Amino acid sequence: MREQIVDALKGHNADYIEIRLEDGKSSRLQYRGQELEDIGQSTGSGGNVRALVNGGWGFISFNDPGELRAKVELAVKQARLVGNEKSLIAQSDPIVDIVPLELIKDPLSISLNDKKRLLDEYIDVIWSTPSIQTSTISYSDGYKKVVFANSEGSYIEQSRVDVTARITAMARDGSDVQQSGISIGSKGDFGVVEDIHQQIKGCAERAVQMLAAPKVKGSQYTVVLDPILAGVFTHEAFGHLSESDFVYENDRMREIMVLGRKFGKPLLNIVDGGAVPGYRGSYKYDDEGIPSTKTYLIKEGVLVGRLHSRETAAKMGERPTGNARAISYSHQPIVRMSNTYIEPGATTFEEMISDIKEGVYAKNWYGGMTSMEMFTFSAGEAYMIRNGKIAELLRPVVLSGNVFTTLENIDAIGNDLDMNQGGGCGKGGQSPLAVSNGSPHIKISDCLVGGS
Amino acid sequence: MKIIESLLNKAKKVSEQAEVFWVTSQNTDASFEANRLKSVETRQGRYLSLRIVKDGRIGYSSTNKIDNVDEILNMALDVAKFGAKAEFELPSLQNYPKVEVYDDNVNHVPIKQMVDLGNTMIATVRDHNAEVICEAGVTKNAISVTLLNSNGGQASYEKTSFSLGVEGLLTRGTDMLFVGEHESSCRPLSDVSKITTATIRQLERAKETAPPIQGQLPVVFTPKGVAIALISPLVIAYNGKNIVQGSSPLVNKLGQQMYTEEISVYDDATINYRPGCRICDDEGIASRKTPLIENGRVSNFLYDLQTAGMAKAQSTGNANRGGGLPSPSSSTLIVAEGSTSVEDIIADMKQGLVIEILMGAGQGNTIGGEFGGNVLLGYKVENGTIVGRVKDTMVSGNIYSALKEGVVIGDRSAWVGGMLKTPSIYCPLLSVTTQS
Repeated sequence: MREQIVDALKGHNADYIEIRLEDGKSSRLQYRGQELEDIGQSTGSGGNVRALVNGGWGFISFNDPGELRAKVELAVKQARLVGNEKSLIAQSDPIVDIVPLELIKDPLSISLNDKKRLLDEYIDVIWSTPSIQTSTISYSDGYKKVVFANSEGSYIEQSRVDVTARITAMARDGSDVQQSGISIGSKGDFGVVEDIHQQIKGCAERAVQMLAAPKVKGSQYTVVLDPILAGVFTHEAFGHLSESDFVYENDRMREIMVLGRKFGKPLLNIVDGGAVPGYRGSYKYDDEGIPSTKTYLIKEGVLVGRLHSRETAAKMGERPTGNARAISYSHQPIVRMSNTYIEPGATTFEEMISDIKEGVYAKNWYGGMTSMEMFTFSAGEAYMIRNGKIAELLRPVVLSGNVFTTLENIDAIGNDLDMNQGGGCGKGGQSPLAVSNGSPHIKISDCLVGGS
Repeated sequence: MKIIESLLNKAKKVSEQAEVFWVTSQNTDASFEANRLKSVETRQGRYLSLRIVKDGRIGYSSTNKIDNVDEILNMALDVAKFGAKAEFELPSLQNYPKVEVYDDNVNHVPIKQMVDLGNTMIATVRDHNAEVICEAGVTKNAISVTLLNSNGGQASYEKTSFSLGVEGLLTRGTDMLFVGEHESSCRPLSDVSKITTATIRQLERAKETAPPIQGQLPVVFTPKGVAIALISPLVIAYNGKNIVQGSSPLVNKLGQQMYTEEISVYDDATINYRPGCRICDDEGIASRKTPLIENGRVSNFLYDLQTAGMAKAQSTGNANRGGGLPSPSSSTLIVAEGSTSVEDIIADMKQGLVIEILMGAGQGNTIGGEFGGNVLLGYKVENGTIVGRVKDTMVSGNIYSALKEGVVIGDRSAWVGGMLKTPSIYCPLLSVTTQS
């Protein structure tokens, strides 16, 4: 196969060409209520060709890898239709590498029967909670091998195994429905979905308690975020802003995102890095064959870096960071995050809440969205903070704000960094991409909380 | 065709019921970034899935590798040991309504013409305001669907679609304004004026930034605003899965008045040339028009075969496959028009909001009916007039209290993205919070 790929790349009149071929298999189990509603297995393969001519891109994706050379020709032809300037992508030395699969406990080696037995235990935990109306569990795992080659002589083979699970318990009182859930995930370790009975029990009990919980009064509050929600905040509120494809061709955005600009207090440090090992967003090479890095985005409150593809790096005169990622062969790589987190500080959780007279402690997440300037994210669990103590449970809250002022308003950073592996990121129709995000507990003053 | 027939024949021999579903697709996309053409993409795809019932239980597998029929069958047999109990009989050969969703002209739209359409959209918007930076997309798509089952049921149809969209970003300091519109049809679109006029109107309305307001205030959702904020919490409660499971607030509420009498909503998969329509659903059940809300009363829920069997009801022809087993979902939604023009509604407002985009509206407890988020694009109304854009403002509510007394439905509806047609909806009191 390697020979065919390398041959197909030769002798075209293009500035750059790459071929990506994928092969994979996956399985999933979905419970709705106590029943295993959906269990299935699938296999898949496909590939793409991307070509650059005079600054324009042509892209072909397919399931049938036959006649690869003709596909390259078509991609080049399409690129030629688009391009009308000089092609510009960052220089990169060719890389030839076969990356071994990283596995801790291979989910593909666990029988369907054993997976089902484990999930049945979790169902029992949820349904033994009084007043639970119903529950859902969705579990999936998958193996994917990606072969990448480009016209500059790179040839890279990489494989990965992913595991994700989302468990939700629902309680109902008449037409009032409340839910509480947990999301978990890992790269190559089935172990993360084992032995979580206690967490699930807490989640089911909380769904029931929420029926009796009050709604927060919509207002501005001092808000403390737990590591999971603070991680989502970091990803949504700042991470997307540091993706250079939003910046590189927009002069106004380039002014806003000028390196050296102050974004927060000196205690704030934000990092993204596919080279940070052991998380869902970890990889050796991105989907343009560029080695992953660890990039400081904010250091001591000041903007010091951003995430790049080869094209955005070249056009901004910076170095590629290995952040061009594609969710599958049917998409072009675009600038994405990998593992994004706030570095830990020195404050303990108790110290952080001790001087808050009235505030909100928001934990866990439903989701988040950003429009660069504005962000919104929802907490799956929330409590009032009164006189320095955690007080009553609230209905889930939605937090929203302006990125620039909110980052400035981070007043305290905890000493308890934790990474959230249960999420996936969506951008440009490519969702959910394997990423992780994390943070210690953080305190934000004057945060907008929606409510009654 | 040979492959799917041979797979069905093999599956029939080792199971009680079997069904093969086969889709091929072809898609071409011209995408524009920073005001100019960035790339042209072509995608070819295929997808084969097998559902069997073996010893009363459902087995399922899917692949896009079609060289090994035995592997597909073995994967399905493997999981059938654990699968859910089948509560359905696959349909025999049926008569389907005539629903036109294929126009061969879509396949013949040259890439050059798609590029011209994108350039025209961008040029028109930038002609109004040269500081706006635009992204745009022009896409043509064709799919072919074939379904065969062991009870003699079979269906096959082709569908084309064509869509246009533009999004503009206006940046001033760190202030960002996002505007844009999109449209799709099963036939080629050649007139971009609907999209550009709507986008320019958004820019005009958002020209000034209005001082913030908060409290319990009246809110008008434009058709786009209805699509983003209200439809998902509304429709999720009608999904047969949530009914069977008891997680829908509408369980045991059939025939009851749950919303204002002003509102009626239909699911209709039989409208010609709408991309969400088709002759039959993904299980071969004939498409139809199903009332969900009639004058505020709950009329029907949306079922596929399995959920209908569990609910002791009939499938409503709403099975959809998103890569897994069929599951009920809405096809094309129609919100019935009211009798008041949106201009009159706004003219009657003393102080309130008009919302086009509520960012993050679908993140919360949608099954409980909740919607809430940041007003990404919305305007303030003062004494009957739109006075400018609002910022740093959150709106939240629950459809089971928001769509009650005092709701007014606009008299002119618009298609939003090809799958929903709705007028504007006025809610008399929603919680509005703002940052000082």
